[in-house]
Amino acid sequence: MVTAVKVSKTWREIPQRYRLEANKCNNCGKIFFPPRLICSNCKSRDFAPIKLPKEGKIYSFTIIRTPSSEFKDYSPFAIAIIELDNGVKLMSQVVDCDFNDLEIGTRVKLVFRKIQEDGSSGIIAYGYKCVLVKS
Amino acid sequence: MRDVAIIGVGITKFGELWGKSLRDIFVESALRAIDNCGVKKIEAMYVGNFSGGLFVGQEHLGSLLADYLGYAPIPAIRVEAACAAGALALKQAFLDVASGFSDIVLAGGVEKMTDIDTGEATYGLAAAGDREYEAFQGVTFPGLYALIARRHMYEYGTTREQLAKVAVKNHKNGAKNPYAQFPFEVTIEQVLNSTVIADPLRLLDCSPISDGAASVVLCPAERAKEFTNKPVKIIGVGHATDTIALADRENITTSKATVEAGKQAYKMAGVRPEDIDVAEVHDCFTIAEICAMEDLGFVKKGEGGKAVEEGLTEIGGKIPINPSGGLKSKGHPVGATGIAQVVEVVTQLRGEAGERQVRNAKIGLTHNLGGSGGSVIVHILEAI
Amino acid sequence: MVGIVGYGAYIPKYRIKVEEIAKIWGEDAEALKEGLLLEEKTVPYLDQDSVTIGVEEAQNALKRALVNPEEIGAVYIGSESPPYAVKPSSSIIAEVIGAIPEVHTADYEFACKAGSEAVFVCYGLVKAGLIKYGLGIGADTSQGAPHEPLEYSAAAGGAAFIIGSEDTLADILETYSYTTDTPDFWRRDGEFYPRHGGRFTGEPAYFKHVLGSAKGIMKKAGLKPTDFTYAIFHQPNGKFPLRAGKILGFTMDQMRPGLVAPKVGNTYSGCSLLGLAATLDVAHSGDLILITSFGSGAGSDSFIIKVKEKIEKVRHLAPTVKEMLEDKIYIDYGTYVRYRRMIKE
Repeated sequence: MVTAVKVSKTWREIPQRYRLEANKCNNCGKIFFPPRLICSNCKSRDFAPIKLPKEGKIYSFTIIRTPSSEFKDYSPFAIAIIELDNGVKLMSQVVDCDFNDLEIGTRVKLVFRKIQEDGSSGIIAYGYKCVLVKS
Repeated sequence: MRDVAIIGVGITKFGELWGKSLRDIFVESALRAIDNCGVKKIEAMYVGNFSGGLFVGQEHLGSLLADYLGYAPIPAIRVEAACAAGALALKQAFLDVASGFSDIVLAGGVEKMTDIDTGEATYGLAAAGDREYEAFQGVTFPGLYALIARRHMYEYGTTREQLAKVAVKNHKNGAKNPYAQFPFEVTIEQVLNSTVIADPLRLLDCSPISDGAASVVLCPAERAKEFTNKPVKIIGVGHATDTIALADRENITTSKATVEAGKQAYKMAGVRPEDIDVAEVHDCFTIAEICAMEDLGFVKKGEGGKAVEEGLTEIGGKIPINPSGGLKSKGHPVGATGIAQVVEVVTQLRGEAGERQVRNAKIGLTHNLGGSGGSVIVHILEAI
Repeated sequence: MVGIVGYGAYIPKYRIKVEEIAKIWGEDAEALKEGLLLEEKTVPYLDQDSVTIGVEEAQNALKRALVNPEEIGAVYIGSESPPYAVKPSSSIIAEVIGAIPEVHTADYEFACKAGSEAVFVCYGLVKAGLIKYGLGIGADTSQGAPHEPLEYSAAAGGAAFIIGSEDTLADILETYSYTTDTPDFWRRDGEFYPRHGGRFTGEPAYFKHVLGSAKGIMKKAGLKPTDFTYAIFHQPNGKFPLRAGKILGFTMDQMRPGLVAPKVGNTYSGCSLLGLAATLDVAHSGDLILITSFGSGAGSDSFIIKVKEKIEKVRHLAPTVKEMLEDKIYIDYGTYVRYRRMIKE
């Protein structure tokens, strides 16, 4: 099985996973995360780098109870599509929460956490997850 | 383009086929399709397969399967579009015949998924989504469809019971299908009490991990009568893509690729949704059947759950859906599914579906969807 | 004057009570709570390590400092529980906060003084004019062996400080270090849990260095305990710092705001800095603060800090220690064992 996290594969995603770097089409304003080379909306290739906002709300969520092999230690865990405050949506785990507190529309903020580890000797892949924002 | 007909179909039993390898099951289905129409030779073959590499460590299936089918050196092409690989094989075979390049072409689909553990299979299936921005975060395929289900319930008031009813209906149909992996009925209570996989989806909302293969043989429509007295014409083909990542879609309750592929197929066939007598749609999870019904125009958006509840999609209903048992009861050997759907519709249009026969079925539709909707292929078939 | 431009703390949300651990081993929870002045401790979740905790602290410090991360010339973390034995944590944190690539980074380890060492070096570099801002972090996810006194205290958390010379919220008036080789606590390379010298960790180790360092800096600055509004001493539990403070002549009122160990546990490299953060959360302009760290076999660092007006304007820009202390989820011992990956397959 090809489950090992090769270090270059993890390393090259650092700008997105650590700093939420996205790009915005200078012609039509559409935002892409991860960044793209051509706008799917207007076909412009003129982009400006931006950073995504760190807060948003839950658009939909689920509790994963049958995980893939790499996430066995974490099961069960919550995962959601988060709609950030600028409208961009992304997939993220929701941690440090009671599953009963999850609802569509609940406010969340992104935090920096370990996502995957390539066994006990391999590289640690860090990235974003989210936690509930206290109202 | 020439008109193209399907003249032969073949399918294996779906399930945990411990004693058979990927090549065994493909050849079994292909020989059945060949025997079904009595062709003496195949000029080319297209095989849909999602992930021989991840599931059994075998790529280069064109060579392997042409070789074991005994037809090497014919050109053999493995195609992949995640769970829509099977229908993609049919589309490519259709183009080969329609263009006049080849006459007798086999389109097959095969997947062998039980040679690895469930956790590893889940990892493999996640390759149908965005590895770096979905699977990386830990979302599984049941998880992706659970997100769709939760949102569909939120936006349209679809109920947990309506989802369960899809499984109940498909198991009722599958119980009459000798090739089905789970040929037994289930009750609403059983579905609602089954193990939670990814809230709100439970075990009996999910299609299983399966081994299986299916094949069909195509030829120019004008030659079809040489091989069969019940040819079925491919009158509509639609194929569309959408974002690979679910989160990148404006609205996750609608599959844009399904809407677009449906439109293309209806237009090519010159028919409307209400003209379809029987449909096999991609019910990898119960919610997926509800979304597909809506996106293909069988019911209005948001009314899929209600339609299922009212029995409109039963074999005797207004628009019978998944008389084969669907992916849910029949099984979902990923790459084989798209062809298996076609095998069922052809069987229905020939009037050979026995106990699960839809009466007077003349026009049928298949809807095969890859990933969370990144690829969709719709075919419309008509009995000649 | 060189001082603190921004500060930020972080503690994980999960907690386990002393009673819950004592129940498993049949020990007297009340005696332990009284003896160590500990009520509960923080527990990091499976996806937290000293890097992710350090990032949270750094981000909170940046919220209060309101500086451009690209102007941070040094990122230093002190931690006894780095996720890698070879590969620094500081560069990961520098990436996350956007301080790369023109930044000097280093990891300090080996003792609970590592966090104050990081701040100390930032102070030196800023004062020397080599960098505009330096980020010093203390963060740990310390591990105590099961059925060991340390199991009741070893916790996770810490605080980070951005040091600069302009627009400070508190100035650093004096620094001092007091070091000898007194091996009261250690972990050999390749071992998972540390070992310690039992009661030897008290008088010849903790008290000798904490008292020596605190007395030294007060003498150097010409100040006495009554001159200070607040004092923070390294807190492996609630009892040691209070005793040290009492010997020095500090009152409970001076030490209470910075005494976080009873509710947090021992956050090793994070703990004296976390106490300072909690103190800054309530301090006002003009307040004078003494902080003394301690690390086994490493001695003590002391700082004298004078609070300025800016603190009132930036305090609310990041969560206070008190707010984080109140935002918690209690877990049972089984969950604790799972979150700390103590179940071996």
